[in-house]
Amino acid sequence: MATLDSKIPAGPIHEKWTNHKNHINLVNPANKRHIDIIVVGTGLAGGAAAASLAEMGYNVKAFCYQDSPRRAHSIAAQGGINAAKNYQNDGDSVYRLFYDTVKGGDYRAREANVHRLAEVSANIIDQCVAQGVPFARDYGGLLDNRSFGGVLVSRTFYAKGQTGQQLLLGAYSALSRQIGKGKVQMLGRHEMLDLVLIGGKARGIIARNLVTGEIERHSAHAVVLATGGYGNVFFLSTNAMGSNVTAAWRAHKRGAYFANPCFTQIHPTCIPRSGEHQSKLTLMSESLRNDGRIWVPGKVEDAKAIRDGKLKPTQIKEEDRDYFLERRYPAFGNLVPRDVASRAAKERCDEGFGVNATGEAVYLDFQSAIMRYGKEKAMVEGIQNPSADKIQALGKAVIEAKYGNLFQMYYKITDENPYETPMKIYPAVHYTMGGIWVDYNLMTTIPGCYAAGEANFSEHGANRLGASALMQGLADGYFVLPYTIGEYLSSEIRTGKISTDLPEFIEAEKNVKDQIEKMINIKGTKSVDYFHKRLGKVMWDKVGMARNAQGLTEAMAEIRAIREEFWSDVRIPGTPNGLNPELEKAGRVADFLELGELFAKDALDRNESCGGHFREESVELDGEQKGEAKRDDVNFAHVSAWEWTGDPATSVKHKEELVYENIKMVQRSYK
Amino acid sequence: MAEKLININLKIWRQQNGQSQGKMVDYPLKGVSTDSSFLDMLDMLNEELVNKGDEPVAFDHDCREGICGMCSLYINGEAHGPDRGVTTCQLHMRMFKDGETITVEPFRANAFPVVRDLVVDRSAFDRIMQKGGFVSVNTSGNTQDANALPIPKVDADKAFDAATCIGCGACVATCKNASAMLFVSAKVSQLSLLPQGKVEAKERVLNMVNQMDLEGFGNCTNTGACEVECPKGISLDNIARMNREYLKATVTID
Ligand SMILES: Cc1cc2nc3c(=O)[nH]c(=O)nc-3n(C[C@H](O)[C@H](O)[C@H](O)COP(=O)(O)OP(=O)(O)OC[C@H]3O[C@@H](n4cnc5c(N)ncnc54)[C@H](O)[C@@H]3O)c2cc1C
Ligand code: SF4
Ligand code: FES
Repeated sequence: MATLDSKIPAGPIHEKWTNHKNHINLVNPANKRHIDIIVVGTGLAGGAAAASLAEMGYNVKAFCYQDSPRRAHSIAAQGGINAAKNYQNDGDSVYRLFYDTVKGGDYRAREANVHRLAEVSANIIDQCVAQGVPFARDYGGLLDNRSFGGVLVSRTFYAKGQTGQQLLLGAYSALSRQIGKGKVQMLGRHEMLDLVLIGGKARGIIARNLVTGEIERHSAHAVVLATGGYGNVFFLSTNAMGSNVTAAWRAHKRGAYFANPCFTQIHPTCIPRSGEHQSKLTLMSESLRNDGRIWVPGKVEDAKAIRDGKLKPTQIKEEDRDYFLERRYPAFGNLVPRDVASRAAKERCDEGFGVNATGEAVYLDFQSAIMRYGKEKAMVEGIQNPSADKIQALGKAVIEAKYGNLFQMYYKITDENPYETPMKIYPAVHYTMGGIWVDYNLMTTIPGCYAAGEANFSEHGANRLGASALMQGLADGYFVLPYTIGEYLSSEIRTGKISTDLPEFIEAEKNVKDQIEKMINIKGTKSVDYFHKRLGKVMWDKVGMARNAQGLTEAMAEIRAIREEFWSDVRIPGTPNGLNPELEKAGRVADFLELGELFAKDALDRNESCGGHFREESVELDGEQKGEAKRDDVNFAHVSAWEWTGDPATSVKHKEELVYENIKMVQRSYK
Repeated sequence: MAEKLININLKIWRQQNGQSQGKMVDYPLKGVSTDSSFLDMLDMLNEELVNKGDEPVAFDHDCREGICGMCSLYINGEAHGPDRGVTTCQLHMRMFKDGETITVEPFRANAFPVVRDLVVDRSAFDRIMQKGGFVSVNTSGNTQDANALPIPKVDADKAFDAATCIGCGACVATCKNASAMLFVSAKVSQLSLLPQGKVEAKERVLNMVNQMDLEGFGNCTNTGACEVECPKGISLDNIARMNREYLKATVTID
């Protein structure tokens, strides 16, 4: 059994990173030329890491499953990226960002990592601006900020509703520069299907060329996994269709521990599902909660009339509306963290106040903001006694400038105009805080194998604050991993080129080929999606926003049964020799079917409520916090890192105790 | 508008791989919800095909929210179909009538060879970017403070508008010359509007345009079709700006 040494440097929290960086072994430039690094995934984390490592002089091979690194799912992030710049002079600081992130994560993240993240956050903005990332600016030409849930300062930098796109294109441009120089070899439309270990160290990967179907061996002195999150285990999520756990899972099966798989973020503001035909849910950025107010009718009859199409939301009087977040959480109101907002919406809908045909939707209303901005604008423009229509028009223009593309997206999907009638929203699976366990250097339990970005588990604890994933991805890729990896690689300078003819490569390749052969030869009767949808339903119903021991136990058994059925009855048309999207999906779903069971097992094991993980058995029974989630710090202030034993049901748990030396653990209160 | 179920007749381009001949194949599809997206509809077709033991139609897609630029279908003779300002994945079936025949083809251009069915290879775009679609700055962590260099909001906004290009290639597929001018000009414009990008402006425009020609994209004859079909509303002004940059660079390069 490997021990979980988190390798947190000694010393006071604000000196740990600087000291550590100063003492990391360096690899001299002449030696870097002889060291190969594989980076799997070229989103913010992988793209930034590949570019930075190549700039430093290493030989980099980068992989992604899309045709181009510019299309990684980071591109879809809308709202923004946090950084402790304190440009707004509202009292922000590195400490405050650190504190907010630890508290927001419900005290289940590692202090030292979070502090480092807060420290490097300001550099990220500088770096991106230097690359030409067009962040939003004010009329003075300086950078603008907005606020996100769970915090009381404005520290979020943004580029309209396309922040992820602009940041990824920045990282892509840095990566393109290195590809142009021949320092990065980019392999698009390639999927990693196994990790190769030699003498216990990560030495390469097996990848499938998705166009030709060829199975390829690639060797390196270190392997970085930056392959994103696994929210698609729920089938419906805001993740891209191809987002998967495969790379992480195959590394897990080779010895990388998987930490806190049950920590999932259900995002409160997504477009509700409309029917069975849907294969993807769409997020409406959290930034909308800056200006939108969330409500349901105060009277059950009104909610029913709305569902039956007999009443319109605009006809409901102010006093008959229940702005439930403002009511329950007066201090944070509509800006409570995501987990809190999601559960509150579910609670109202479960009580019968939902506002669409499925009963699973609440309103996000911009009317107050339109009026407020309209009045402000009229003042600024010196318009005397503006008419109500004029105010509306001015206000709508302000809202359009801020959120135009999101409103358009909403309109195109729902055919309803959100400037005229409130948006309908409902929580959906969005992000996975859990992931591959890493130490302070971002190394997994396999020497030489690193994990960065959403694929690792480290910074967000049990709940991630908005605009912090982009920050973490870029921090890992630009500013952390390129340094910490030197510690390991400095002992690899004499290793020399690693041959792909070694028996371990041959074994791993055979393993991959056998699995593909086996799947394609089942020739059963059901499509891959059929199994994925069933898995998703079990996950959503029993391992979703509210979980209990009975449901979780059932879920484990049901997932196992679906998995067995998959392996005897899936049908994959075509051959493995060439582009075959069904085969790609099948491999991913096979892994989700194993992960899903471990996910439920982890949720069952963690008999407390914390962050996004809500156990119905663990709630406050009385006092001001009655009905709110109840954490159990005595028994669960630890990371659960799971070791693969050949079957998810028998996976072995290892604990990393979490020690809070700088922040006192208290009940999270947003009241 | 309330949801309806419609029946449609699809005519879809099928091609086994880059070497083989392709052809249009008819697929009638019943009971399509008007609330579903175009790609949800193709998922539904593929589910039927798999259940029949046929090979599903391969098409590119990923984010399904109009931002990754992966989806790329030529629908009823228009890149990304009949709606405006949207990608294929944002196109909804309410744009089509009951009983309608819908033709679906890949984005066609010499520089975009077909990989399979509706999937094409757009790596030419990446190679153009590798020739200069960046600012040469390393990730040292020592760049100057982001606010040390104020940028007038109008320039920042224009740069942003150009930067929203998703690299989908609809402009190329739409253009009768298969020109990539709109795509290339969007990046050249973004960076030439910002002080950070000005230093390398000359080399950038020359190198990117040179690569564009090498990849086999056609010439721009100002028909403006690209702007109409561009899902992100990238404006022809960018082409004019790139032409100015190019002229400046060829006249003054030393
Ligand atoms: C709709 C949406 C909106 C969001 N908005 C925000 C926001 O406003 N602010 C914020 O901070 N966060 C936001 N997030 C979260 C954030 O975008 C992600 O967590 C983050 O971008 C993940 O980056 P990444 O680099 O870790 O992974 P990704 O960007 O997902 O990249 C994964 C990479 O791995 C590759 N890959 C995966 N599997 C394999 C394999 N087997 N073989 C080869 N390659 C593989 C992919 O091709 C891709 O290149 C949002 C997320 C979503 C879904
Ligand atoms: S310019 Fe428009 S059409 Fe062309 S690649 Fe960019 S987004 Fe697509
Ligand atoms: S699938 Fe991403 S833009 Fe259409």
